[in-house]
Amino acid sequence: MSQSHRLGAGLIDTTKTLGFRFDGRSYIGHPGDTLASALLANGVRLMGRSFKYHRPRGPISAGSEEPNALVELREGARQEPNTRATTVELFDGLIAKSQNRWPTLAFDAMAINDFLSPLLAAGFYYKTFMWPAAFWEKLYEPLIRRAAGLGRLSRQDDPDVYDKGFLHCDLLIVGAGPAGLAAALTAGRAGARVILADEDFRIGGRLNSESFALSDVAGAEAALAMVAELASLTNVRLMIRTTVVGVYDHGIYSALERVADHLAAPDPGKPRQILWRIYAARTLLCTGATERPIAFANNDRPGIMLAGALRTYANRFGVAAGRRVAVFTNNDDGLRSAHDLAALGAEVVAVIDSRNGETVIDSTGWLGLKAITIRDSQGRTRQIACEALGVSGGWNPNLHLASHHGARPQWSDAIAAFVPGPQGPAGLAAAGAASGRFSTHGALQSGMDQALAALSDLGRKAKPITLPDAEDAPTRITALWHVPGKGRAWIDQQNDVTVKDVVLAHQEGFRAVEHLKRYTTLGMATDQGKTGNVLGLAVMAELTGQSIPATGTTIYRPPYSPVAMGALAGRSRGADFRPTRLTPSHKWATEQGAVFVEVGMWLRSQWLPRQGETHWRHSVDREVLATRKSVGICDVTTLGKIDIQGRDVGAFLDRVYANTFSTLAVGRVRYGLMLREDGMVMDDGTTARLGENHYLMTTTTANAVSVFRHLEFCRQCLWPDLDVQMISVTEAWAQFSVAGPNARKLLEKLVDQEISDQAFTYMACGAITVCGGLRARLFRISFSGELAYEIAVPTRYGDAMIRALVEAGRDFDAVVYGTETLGVLRVEKGHVAGNELNGQSTALNMGLGKMVSAKKDAIGRVLSQRPGLVAEGGLRLVGVRPVDPHAALTAGSHFIAAGRSATAEHDDGWLTSVVYSPHLGHAIGLGYLRDGAARLGERLRAVNLLAANEVEVEIVSPHFIDPDGERLRG
Amino acid sequence: MDNRKLIPLTPLNLLAPLAVTIGAVTITEVADLAMAALAIRHGQDKAVTKAAAKAGIALPPPGRFQRASPYGAFWTGPQMWMVEAPIGSHDDIVAILKPWFGEAASLTDQTDAWARFRVTGADLPVLFERLCSADLRAASAGAAIRTVIEHLGAFLLVVAADRIEILTARSSAASLHHALTTAAKSIA
Repeated sequence: MSQSHRLGAGLIDTTKTLGFRFDGRSYIGHPGDTLASALLANGVRLMGRSFKYHRPRGPISAGSEEPNALVELREGARQEPNTRATTVELFDGLIAKSQNRWPTLAFDAMAINDFLSPLLAAGFYYKTFMWPAAFWEKLYEPLIRRAAGLGRLSRQDDPDVYDKGFLHCDLLIVGAGPAGLAAALTAGRAGARVILADEDFRIGGRLNSESFALSDVAGAEAALAMVAELASLTNVRLMIRTTVVGVYDHGIYSALERVADHLAAPDPGKPRQILWRIYAARTLLCTGATERPIAFANNDRPGIMLAGALRTYANRFGVAAGRRVAVFTNNDDGLRSAHDLAALGAEVVAVIDSRNGETVIDSTGWLGLKAITIRDSQGRTRQIACEALGVSGGWNPNLHLASHHGARPQWSDAIAAFVPGPQGPAGLAAAGAASGRFSTHGALQSGMDQALAALSDLGRKAKPITLPDAEDAPTRITALWHVPGKGRAWIDQQNDVTVKDVVLAHQEGFRAVEHLKRYTTLGMATDQGKTGNVLGLAVMAELTGQSIPATGTTIYRPPYSPVAMGALAGRSRGADFRPTRLTPSHKWATEQGAVFVEVGMWLRSQWLPRQGETHWRHSVDREVLATRKSVGICDVTTLGKIDIQGRDVGAFLDRVYANTFSTLAVGRVRYGLMLREDGMVMDDGTTARLGENHYLMTTTTANAVSVFRHLEFCRQCLWPDLDVQMISVTEAWAQFSVAGPNARKLLEKLVDQEISDQAFTYMACGAITVCGGLRARLFRISFSGELAYEIAVPTRYGDAMIRALVEAGRDFDAVVYGTETLGVLRVEKGHVAGNELNGQSTALNMGLGKMVSAKKDAIGRVLSQRPGLVAEGGLRLVGVRPVDPHAALTAGSHFIAAGRSATAEHDDGWLTSVVYSPHLGHAIGLGYLRDGAARLGERLRAVNLLAANEVEVEIVSPHFIDPDGERLRG
Repeated sequence: MDNRKLIPLTPLNLLAPLAVTIGAVTITEVADLAMAALAIRHGQDKAVTKAAAKAGIALPPPGRFQRASPYGAFWTGPQMWMVEAPIGSHDDIVAILKPWFGEAASLTDQTDAWARFRVTGADLPVLFERLCSADLRAASAGAAIRTVIEHLGAFLLVVAADRIEILTARSSAASLHHALTTAAKSIA
């Protein structure tokens, strides 16, 4: 198809041709076109169907405010719904489909809704789909969504990548129209760090849309010259295709840069978009203004658009939306459209100026405008044939960002619109049309003035620049919001909200602005009501008899325009969702085919299968039995290690631990219990005294960071008088547990010093060397209940150490075990871990009540003695075994006495940890049981209502293996 | 020391430091520096300042780092620095520093607690603005910046405009390296 509606070149490059397809048909356009301008050039006005009534629609704007011309752009995984044809930069091979229609855009069966419209007024869903409630989620909502959807998702993974980034500047200028350009030149020449961002792909704003000149140069050319100078300044960053979408605290702005949306696909490895976080000392809002329509009957037909958009299509894109055009305006600016179109050769058939008492009262043309009906000041009506109608109801400053912190806009009678209020974000000021100064001169002047003010505020010197001569026409407007009459008059075209819907909302009492919005859906969805909000508000004001400012206004939240979820996710997808921490034995374990488990960010070996093992239990049972029989090795590097030094560390530890550490001898290790202020157990672990003023604390893996943070708080805030310094050494040392009857024999092959039972007694620690001189640390501590050591070497030797341990262990059939075996060993021994350290358990609950020293004060001691916590008969740690050894236990099961119903009032406690003990040949568990210490031998029901099972269990000692501790002292 | 049996690995679990060049950016693993945390004990400011001067260790102010031979140091917190020296001569760096400071300072070996990458290239702010909020265009040589990259705590040491060293927890070396190379590919 030829470009039947192309008037001239405008600012597009007609020397090059781009082919594209819309709804399966091929068209051509040019570089510089948007999808909407190229379609209009080809005589295509119908681009979509409306949300609710499936009315045929075309674009009403030429920018991001577009409510109607939404398409599914691209195909396959890159298909993106609800893309505004008015902002899509045309590229060769572009493919777009109309949406929300079936079977075709021209014949949409769902348009039956338009005839049913009396039934589908505001509140229809709320009133109709009330009963039965259970039908909502499964039946009504899916039905409604199918009928009233926007575009469809591809349902495939997004093939593109998205970056995030961070920028800093003295002055962020949002919008590169005349105000933004003048501000950027002023600040840029003064040497300030400037970011000039514009959502368009061509800088200049309205300068690209208007026919008038700056001094003697066409506006668009003047913009190019300013851009050229700005591009030459290294302190100025020009960001085109970049929308500032949100304002956050302390001068932080988010901006979405569409790096590759104007290409068929991003270059390999390159991001499609970048979500920037901009730290701006000062910000200028130079976002211009958005024109608003006047509501009249059937004002939504393809071909009816905003007068300024009609002018933009003509001047910038060389496109006439129709051969015969009319203009309907309540202000002088609308007249410009008629002038410019006539100058370009279009036939202007009527100019209807409501200030003369004339109005447009209706239109005809189902798939595109055919004629309008005009009523003159005497009440006479006449019909005029035309294909395009430009409507101007005045302009609304784009003040959205100024309201992101909750500031209310202020009403200005002079321009009949809201302007940014005084309570906006600190450091942000508006200039140009965004501040309500609509003339080009006003924009240039205020842009410069505000830039000077911002720089002065920052203590920077700057000089005024010489501004070009520009038009300075006053804003002459007589507000007209809607033309009364029969028929539906659209206010919010994206949500199919009409004047009647606002009237209905008023009748039904939804008069507050926020109620109006929710009841009618005015201002929702992808355009966020950029063209409809003020109109709806004005109609409500008329109905209530109040002024517009008294009626109120909604404020705005980020984002200013839609942001793809992928951009918010950035690189945090799939395996890159978060970083990992790898243990020193990771490389070796990977070679062994270990199964890894996430523990926080750590990847730990969960078990290490051997050939022929087909079930995890095969591996874990083998690891457990081999460890108890001979020796097992486990990477325990992930436990937190905190190096604490200073003259007062003993006193410090006495205060943070419930038990005493100042008495610990150098070269010894002690198990410690740390309480929270409220008396609950925070963490446990061992602390070694390496020297007179030098301790090494270990924490659980899970609490390594929170304990360190807690200790820093204690050190810096509670007791700054104590001489204590600390730093994490978790990562500095690779640490391995070596446990089992042959642990010492294995280590003796590697450790250079004597470590006999006499030379290195239970709970000893010290500096050693291994393998002929590598410095290392040895701790004789046991989590498994076996004779056990932990050996630490500098982390870079961790890989070598695991290999050396495995090699030395060959003589003893040593195994390397993972976290599952670690769990079995500790449950068999009755040691508490994360399941028991659940944040609501005391030392007494854990059977460790005697560890809370009464001889000294420590964090949590006082509150741990509250009567309710120390009462007889409270929860105590117990061991649990099934009466039937073949029965499985389920962690989380609750203890219920025989004969009682499984209800909360009969709840006697719960199973915290469950493992299968290959040693005993049946499942075992730990649990908290009411008065547990006195109930050994008792039989109870372990009931799990969620898993719908129940097992008879016997309460036993939590020490299933070696209750007297002979093994670990062996 | 007889380490014949035990072979150290780099933070990326390699036998030798990895260097990759992507576009104008080269990212090199650094494994030849020993490090120790140095924290002043209460009331020992003068003693530590004096000892540091004698040992030839500059103790720079907050946000700064300074490197000479053999010692370099950067500020990590109130009364606290990270001291670095070549690992060849200072393998047991705490043992070497201890005689200078005695009980006036707490010294802790940090050599293996960190992974370090040296990033070189002509316009490094372009790379790092995709990674962290540090304002490198405003940072001069000698800046030591605490920041976060892809959830990982990190130090940036601005050695020169075209040379930045970046440190993070050693266990996350692979994740940080992935983040660096990904960003480098983005801007290449």
